[in-house]
Amino acid sequence: MSDARERILAGIRSSLGRGSVDADAKAQLRARVATHRRNQIPARAMVLDEAGRVDLFVAMAEEVQATVARVPSLASVPEAVAHYLATENLPAELVVAPDQNLDAVPWGVRPLLQIHRGRARAEDKASLTSCHAAIAETGTLMLMSGRHSPTTLNFLPDTHIVVVRRDQVVAAYEDGLDRLRANNAPGKLPRVVNFITGPSRTADIEQHIELGAHGPRRLHIVLVEEPEAMRSVEDDGQRGELAQ
Amino acid sequence: MLAASRDFMANARAGLANENLQRALGRARTGFPLRRHLAVERLPEFEELREAGRSIKDHTLEYLDFYLEHYESNVVASGGKVHWAGTPAEACAAVLQVCRSVGAKVVTKGKSMVAEEVGLNDFLDANGINPVETDLGEYIIQLRHEPPSHIIAPAIHLVKEQVADTFRAEHRSLDPDRSLVEPRQMCDEARAVLRPRFLAADVGITGANFLVAETGSSIIVTNEGNGDLTQTLPRVHIVMASIEKVVPTLEDAATLLRLLARSATGQEFSSYTTISTGPRRPGDLDGPEQYHVVLLDNGRSALLGGDFQDMLRCIRCAACMNHCPVYSAVGGHAYGWVYPGPMGAVLTPSLIGVEQAGHLPNASTFCGRCESVCPVKIPLPKMMRHWREREYARKLSPPVYRTGLALWAWVARRPALYHALTGLASRVLGWAGGYRGRFRSLPLANGWTKARDMPAPEGRTFHRLWTERSR
Amino acid sequence: MRVALFVTCLVDLFRPTVGFAAVKLLEEAGCTVEVPRAQTCCGQPAYNSGDRADAKAIAMQVFDAFAGYDHVVAPSGSCAGMLRLHYPELFADDPVNLARAQALAPHSWELSSFLVDVCGIEKVTAQWDRVVTYHDACSGLRELGIKSQPRQLLASVAGLRLKELPGAEVCCGFGGTFCVKYPEISDKMVTDKEADIVATGAEAVLSGDLGCLLNIAGKLFRHGRRIEVRHIAEVLAGVTADVAPIGLPRSG
Repeated sequence: MSDARERILAGIRSSLGRGSVDADAKAQLRARVATHRRNQIPARAMVLDEAGRVDLFVAMAEEVQATVARVPSLASVPEAVAHYLATENLPAELVVAPDQNLDAVPWGVRPLLQIHRGRARAEDKASLTSCHAAIAETGTLMLMSGRHSPTTLNFLPDTHIVVVRRDQVVAAYEDGLDRLRANNAPGKLPRVVNFITGPSRTADIEQHIELGAHGPRRLHIVLVEEPEAMRSVEDDGQRGELAQ
Repeated sequence: MLAASRDFMANARAGLANENLQRALGRARTGFPLRRHLAVERLPEFEELREAGRSIKDHTLEYLDFYLEHYESNVVASGGKVHWAGTPAEACAAVLQVCRSVGAKVVTKGKSMVAEEVGLNDFLDANGINPVETDLGEYIIQLRHEPPSHIIAPAIHLVKEQVADTFRAEHRSLDPDRSLVEPRQMCDEARAVLRPRFLAADVGITGANFLVAETGSSIIVTNEGNGDLTQTLPRVHIVMASIEKVVPTLEDAATLLRLLARSATGQEFSSYTTISTGPRRPGDLDGPEQYHVVLLDNGRSALLGGDFQDMLRCIRCAACMNHCPVYSAVGGHAYGWVYPGPMGAVLTPSLIGVEQAGHLPNASTFCGRCESVCPVKIPLPKMMRHWREREYARKLSPPVYRTGLALWAWVARRPALYHALTGLASRVLGWAGGYRGRFRSLPLANGWTKARDMPAPEGRTFHRLWTERSR
Repeated sequence: MRVALFVTCLVDLFRPTVGFAAVKLLEEAGCTVEVPRAQTCCGQPAYNSGDRADAKAIAMQVFDAFAGYDHVVAPSGSCAGMLRLHYPELFADDPVNLARAQALAPHSWELSSFLVDVCGIEKVTAQWDRVVTYHDACSGLRELGIKSQPRQLLASVAGLRLKELPGAEVCCGFGGTFCVKYPEISDKMVTDKEADIVATGAEAVLSGDLGCLLNIAGKLFRHGRRIEVRHIAEVLAGVTADVAPIGLPRSG
C-alpha cells in the first residue's frame, strides 16, 4: 500500500516536472491552509442585520419545503411540537436529542407527548434536535454530531424537528464554519457536520421530485425568537470536554 | 466497469431507436437547462464564482502531492486510515481487505462513480459480498443489471413504467396486486425495502465530492440521505475517491459547493451536504468505529502537466451532459463506460485509452455549450480536439476520412486549382440541381441525403462572379 | 476603411448571393471592399479533424492573402472564430506566425458583429414583410459573443417581425464533418431544430452561418415544409426579392 503511495506521489511530481515541493513553498502552502481565507461571499449572504438574516433564513427554508414555526421562547416548544404532530396526523411520540440545550424545554406541559432521549431507534417516527447554526443564504441547518447530538436523529425518523434559536442564524456558510472552528479545538472537528436544506428528496424517477427518499419526509423548524434562550450551553459544554 | 466505448456507433443507433429512452431524454433535455438557468440568474456572483472555482482547482492541482499528503496526515490524526490505490485492482483489494477484516456480510453503498470505474460491485460479488446500492437511481439499475447512464441521475434513461416492472419482478415478497403507477409509490417502496438493509449493514461505502486537506474530511452531496445512512449506521465507513477530489480548505469547499448544486440540478444547495471526519468520537452515540479512505489514481497523475490537466478540475456536476445535444440524442449508455457526455468524451480516452474510446471525442460538433456551463470552466471542446490530434498523428481515424481530408487540404492550398475545381463543381451541381433547387440524393453524399435534401449551388462560384463583375 | 471579404468556402461554392449581400452591406456602411483572390478556406475542417499541419498551412495562406487590410470580414461566425481565436492557438509555439495570427485576430470579424460593433450601424433600410425566427449558430454565439447584433439589425428591417426560437442556442447538428461521420445523431439534432422552428409558426428562418442553413433547409425540404431559409445578410441587404431562398430554384 505504501508502494502505491510512493508511486502515485512520484507520478504526480514527474508529470508536473519537478521534485517534492520545496521547504519555502511548503511553508506557504501550510500557511494558506492555516489561514483558510474566505473566497467571495455572495451579496445575498452579506445581510448583516439580524432580523434580515432571520427572515431570509425562513424564506429560503420554506422554499425547499421545510416548514417553519416561530415561537417566542423555549417554553413554547412543547406546544408547538404537539401542534405540529397533530396537524400532520402523526403520533404524539418523539425522540429528543440528549442535548443540554434542550434540557430546559418543559415537556411536562404536554404530558401526552411521549418523549425519550437518546439516539434514534428504527421505530422512531419523529425526532427533535437543536442545531449548531442556521444559514440564511440557502435556508440551511448546520448540525454537528456529538454525544449530545447523534446523527441518526437527523436521518432515521420520517419527521425531523429542529429547534433553532434566533441568535444561531448566520448569513453565509463561512460564518457557520467560523463557529465550527470556534467551538472545536483545532484538528478536533466532530465526526460529522451535516448541512441540511429541506427534507430528503429524489428526482430519480422521471425527474419527478418526491420528498422522503431515504431521509426524513418532513423537516420542521421551530424558531425560538427569544434571544439567549439557550445560551451557549452546548458551546461551553463541548469546549470543556475537549483536551486543549 | 468493462468499457463498450468502441461500440459507440451501434450503441448510439440503439439509443436513437429506443422509444423509452427518447421519452426520458426529452424530459431531461429541457428540464435540466431550465433549472440551472434559473438558479444562475438568481445568483449575480455566479460568473465570479466560476472563476474562483477554477482558480482553487488549478492551484490544488499544481501542488497535488502536497495537498494529498496534508490530507492524509489529517485523516490519520482524526482516527482514519488512507489506502492508496494506483489501479482498480488495488482499490478493490483494499476494500475487500477492510470488509473481510470485520467479517462483513451486508454492505451498503452510496453513489460512487469511482466505485463504478474500478468495477467494485462485480469484484465484491465474485468474492462473496453483495453490495446493496442505496441511491434510488443506482438501486434501480442494480436490479436491472445495467450501468449508470448519467453521473448524478443514474436511471435517467428509464421511464416510470420500466421502474415499476423492475420492482414487480424483483420485490417478490410484496403483494403482486399492489398499485405501482406513480413515482411516489415506487419511492415509498424503495424506502421500505432498503431501510432494513441500511440497518443491517456491516460496512457502508460512499464516494466523495470533495476531500478537504485542512481537516482530513470527505464531503458528500446528496438529496436522498442515503449517503448519510450508509456511512452512519454500519461499523465501518469506506470512502472511495480519486486523487483530484482534494481541495485545500473548508472555505474552498464552500465556494465549490455554491457552484455544484446549481450547476447540477438547479438547486441552491442539495438537501444533504455532509462533512465527515474520521470514526466516531469517544462519547458519540452513533457513527462508524472505523473510517477508511481509498484514494484512487488510475491514470490521473499522468494527466497533470499535459494537455488534459484541466479535466482534473471536474467537480462531477453533470452540467455538460445536461446541455449536450449529442448526449440528449443518444443517452449515456452509448458512451460505453462510467463517464458519459462531454466530460466522458475527454476523460474516458484519458483513462482507458483513445484506441478504445476514440469515438467519444469525435462525436461532437464543438458547439461549446458544455464549456459555457462548466462551473470550473474546463475547455472541453479544446481537449476533445487534442484527442483528435492524437488520433490523427497515430493514424487511428478511418482511412477514407484521412484521404479525403488530405486531398481536400492539398487542393485548398492551391487557390487557382481550388477555384477551377469549385467552379466546375458549382456548374455541374448547379445545373443538375437547378430545376428543383435541391437534391434528394447525391452520389458520395449519402450520409447527408439519407435524411435531408441538399440545396443546389447557384451555378457559379462567388470568386468567378466577382471576377466577372470586376471586368 | 479598407475591408477584405473572407468569402468562406461554403458561400463561394453554394451561395455567392450571401457574399454579394455582405459586400453591399459593407459598402453601404462606408467601407471599401476587396476580395483577395488567393483565398480558399479558413482551414477549420483540417483543424477540427486533428490535422494541425494542414490547418497551419492554410492559415499561413490566409495571412498572406489578407495582409494589409484594416479589417477582414466573413459572413460566418465559425470562420471568423477560426481567424480570431484558433489561429493564435495553432501557432502558440511558433513566434513568427503567432505574431501574424495575433495581428490578424483582432481585425477579423463576423459580418453582423462588424456592422454593429465596428461600423456602429444601428439600422438598415431593407424591407421584408415576414414573420421570422433566428437560429444562433454555435461558433458565432459562444466564441464571438454574437447574440444581440443580428437581432438589433433585424429589428430595423421594415415589416419584419422576429419570433424568438425556443432552443435558439442549441446546435443544429451540422458541425462540419460531424454530420457525415455521425449522420443519425446529426439527423436527430436537426429534426429537433426543425420541430422548434415549425412550432414558432414563422414563415422564415435565418442564421449567420451557411453550414447551419444548408443543414436546416435540407431538413425542412425533406419534410415538405414551406419555410423560407436565408442567410441574414440577404435580408439585411434587401436582396430577398432578387434571389430565391436556399433550396428553391433560382429566379431571375
